[in-house]
Amino acid sequence: MNAFGWTNQPEYLAVILAGVLAGTISRALLLRIDYRQYPGYPHGYLAHLSLGFISSALGAVAVPAILKPDYTAVTFLALAAQQFREIRNMERRTLESLESTELVKRGLDYIEGIARTFEARNYLVMGTAFATSLAAQFGGFFAAVVTALVALIVSRVFMSGEVIGNICDVVPATLSFKGPILMVDEIGIMNVGLASMRAKIIKDGLAVKIIPRDGNARATIHDIGQRNALAFTAAVILGTKKDVDIPEFTPMARKNPDTGDVGLYILPVEKDMEQLIAAIKLTPVLESARSKPLTAGSVTKKARKKAS
Amino acid sequence: MNQNTDSILAVVTVNKDKVSGGAPIFFARNEDELVSISVNLSRILDSTVHELEGGTYILVKHG
Repeated sequence: MNAFGWTNQPEYLAVILAGVLAGTISRALLLRIDYRQYPGYPHGYLAHLSLGFISSALGAVAVPAILKPDYTAVTFLALAAQQFREIRNMERRTLESLESTELVKRGLDYIEGIARTFEARNYLVMGTAFATSLAAQFGGFFAAVVTALVALIVSRVFMSGEVIGNICDVVPATLSFKGPILMVDEIGIMNVGLASMRAKIIKDGLAVKIIPRDGNARATIHDIGQRNALAFTAAVILGTKKDVDIPEFTPMARKNPDTGDVGLYILPVEKDMEQLIAAIKLTPVLESARSKPLTAGSVTKKARKKAS
Repeated sequence: MNQNTDSILAVVTVNKDKVSGGAPIFFARNEDELVSISVNLSRILDSTVHELEGGTYILVKHG
């Protein structure tokens, strides 16, 4: 089977090039917006750009393969899916092995979220390339450019996801001690034994309260993985004074069991409340933490009605 | 993150009659000694000092 015979035909070459270009650009743009989730090692960038290039090539050649017609060639898309799952495993493994040396842990939920995002982005890139090639084939250059732009915007909006600022209010809170217990407003965080540590925490610490706007948001920040992600983001952006031998300075988020508000405490390198609030608001809502019990409530109501 | 891996590494106290049991126990003569022993142990063991009632500190390694 000569699936690649069409490469000699210039019109197909242009179609494929259009798709590959659009896909690769889209991958590069998507890489740029996840700086908060991922330190962005140069080699990581290269690996993801190359994989993005490959997946856009796969998406782009699907169009000539169908037109040829060489339908069996489309089965290589299945191979691509396998390949992308591998990317997810690769990301997960890398981040999990780095986790043991992180002072402030990302948490397994965050890692899983990042790994899944990396896999999904490749599908997006493939889709962008496919759509652009299709437009190039049937609509010409101008249609391809428009389709690529639309696909880029869609994937940017679609994949940037919700952030905590969309579902919760974040307000400054005060740190105090009730006996040995460190409090963020009325929320107990942890027991700090040494008076010197308490003085240091009161002097240098920062705290915010994250107030969920509705039941769905409350359920989301109830998730331990989500709270870990909050503490991690805050520590990445403001820095943390924690070290191996001073575990008291670990940033922590605990909830008020009655109201569902979450208090977050951190000992930042830069004591800047505005930055802290911005960091918390920009923390992504993790896929595994997102839940919508309010919507589920209407479903159970329907089910109950049906049963009675 | 996993609460099950927390463990008490040491107990420091000024009340000899209040404590006994499995973890190593350090007896301090007064409050000052209590604090200095706790600080030293926390640095040595990379652990957190928590205060219990009546002049007793415990050193806990959080997992």
